[in-house]
Amino acid sequence: MRLSWFNVTSLTLGFAFLYLPMVILVIYSFNESKLVTVWAGFSTRWYGELFSNEAFLDAAWVTLKVAVVSSSFATVLGTMAAYVLVRGGRFMGRTLFSGMIYAPLVMPEVITGLSLLLLFIGIGLDRGVLTVVLAHTTFSMCYVSVVVSSRLMTFDRSLEEAALDLGCSPWDAFRLVTLPIIAPAVISGWLLAFTLSLDDLVIASFTTGPSATTLPIKIFSAVRLGVSPEINALSTIMIGLVTIGVLTASLATKRNALRQKKDAQAAARAA
Amino acid sequence: MKDFRRTLLILVPYLWLLALFLVPFLIVVKISLSDIALARPPYLPQFSWADGIWSFLSQLDLENFAFLASDDLYWKAYLSSLRIALVSTLLTLLIGYPIAYGMARAPEEWRATLMMLVILPFWTSFLIRVYAWMGILSQEGFLNQFLLWTGLISTPLTILNTNTAVYIGIVYTYLPFMILPIYAALDRLDGSLIEAAEDLGCSRLSAFWLVTIPLSRNGIIAGSFLVFIPALGEFVIPSLLGGSGTLMIGKVLWEEFFSNRDWPVASAVAVVLLLILIVPIVLFQRNQQKQGDP
Repeated sequence: MRLSWFNVTSLTLGFAFLYLPMVILVIYSFNESKLVTVWAGFSTRWYGELFSNEAFLDAAWVTLKVAVVSSSFATVLGTMAAYVLVRGGRFMGRTLFSGMIYAPLVMPEVITGLSLLLLFIGIGLDRGVLTVVLAHTTFSMCYVSVVVSSRLMTFDRSLEEAALDLGCSPWDAFRLVTLPIIAPAVISGWLLAFTLSLDDLVIASFTTGPSATTLPIKIFSAVRLGVSPEINALSTIMIGLVTIGVLTASLATKRNALRQKKDAQAAARAA
Repeated sequence: MKDFRRTLLILVPYLWLLALFLVPFLIVVKISLSDIALARPPYLPQFSWADGIWSFLSQLDLENFAFLASDDLYWKAYLSSLRIALVSTLLTLLIGYPIAYGMARAPEEWRATLMMLVILPFWTSFLIRVYAWMGILSQEGFLNQFLLWTGLISTPLTILNTNTAVYIGIVYTYLPFMILPIYAALDRLDGSLIEAAEDLGCSRLSAFWLVTIPLSRNGIIAGSFLVFIPALGEFVIPSLLGGSGTLMIGKVLWEEFFSNRDWPVASAVAVVLLLILIVPIVLFQRNQQKQGDP
């Protein structure tokens, strides 16, 4: 298929729009000047300042801890929920259950944050790392469950049934047959939950206390007053990490697909 | 034993969601019906088993909702959020459709890469993507420098801290949500239908208008809801890119809670926002279900 000039133009302009702002941010993070928009020569000064800023390092550490713990809980709970939704059959309150899985996906963050904060105050739970973890686990388990259940829906149920017929316990059938097949979806669910947690400003602002400032909260309070070169440096590091992650993941998927294609061809030749 | 395991499997996520999603939401509804008080927590009545449930219920009223209805600020904020969300959804559609169309028409071997390029910004921090525009749109920012350099303008434009900046921010951050469903619809589209239309005497433009657009309808609808619903309750974009004149309900709720510390009114604002959102959410769900059917 050939590309018309119209399609080339819209793709070029579209991707320029998506990427130019980030490219400009990255370039200017290496600017010597404190005035962010005036170029004064190449320097890594702001990276140095960033790494000697204890408050940022502390916030980064808190954020990472929260993200790892909450995405792991969310993956377990979300996978359970997906399994219940797809394989659980009928049970009392199933409609309410699926409603509670989908509602948080469309709920404005300000409402989720407000409601959780009111709960934590109502039951007298001190706000800090624990409350942020609980909040993040709750909304990201719903994303995990959507990702995992779409995989569960497309996979051949007879494989599980065969394992059960051959004497596996339900748990063994899940562990030995189902889990390896849905593993890619579970992993992408974890990654999604992890990113959502790293990224969240609104819900964390509501549910955290003075003892646990996360990186987005720190960034938000720094940039409210305007552009800052240290935040440019921090953004560049974050953009870099995400780019490396996504590139690695897509290369791995590509290699897997190629290998599967080769295997299929080999099998076809053998047959 | 088997039944016990199954019950446990259902109960754990079920109870988790009940405790951390449904109950908190009921608390919001309850506090929206309470009165503000100089106490900790700052609202009345507090529930106590000693007084019994009826005396508790009798203290609840719709005063906060009457206050929302009587004060201009809230009306204007809801209407202006609706307008901003609607206009930016249309803009996102106008910009996103040609990109999705270009992707669907690109050579097969490019598509995976193009797809990855659309998804990549989605994994990048939302906050940082909004922040990136602050340096571009400010008085001495890159856009003004560029326009001054080209001679198109002679004095810098004020864009940051206006509604224009909010539109740009929403379109930019939610563009992938519009592109992906439209691309999925266009990718499924059978090219021979367009060829047939052209063979039967349609011009390229009318074939696009009469065949391509209607067949990608589901993608357009899904993408529009995926932009409209979160844009309506948006907080980060109006507070970083918008100005004092930018009224959006997410920001009003935040300020009501954190600055005015009026929890009952903040809760009432949340309840009304959710009531407004129910319509688009239900429509979106129905569209998704229809798509699922053959």
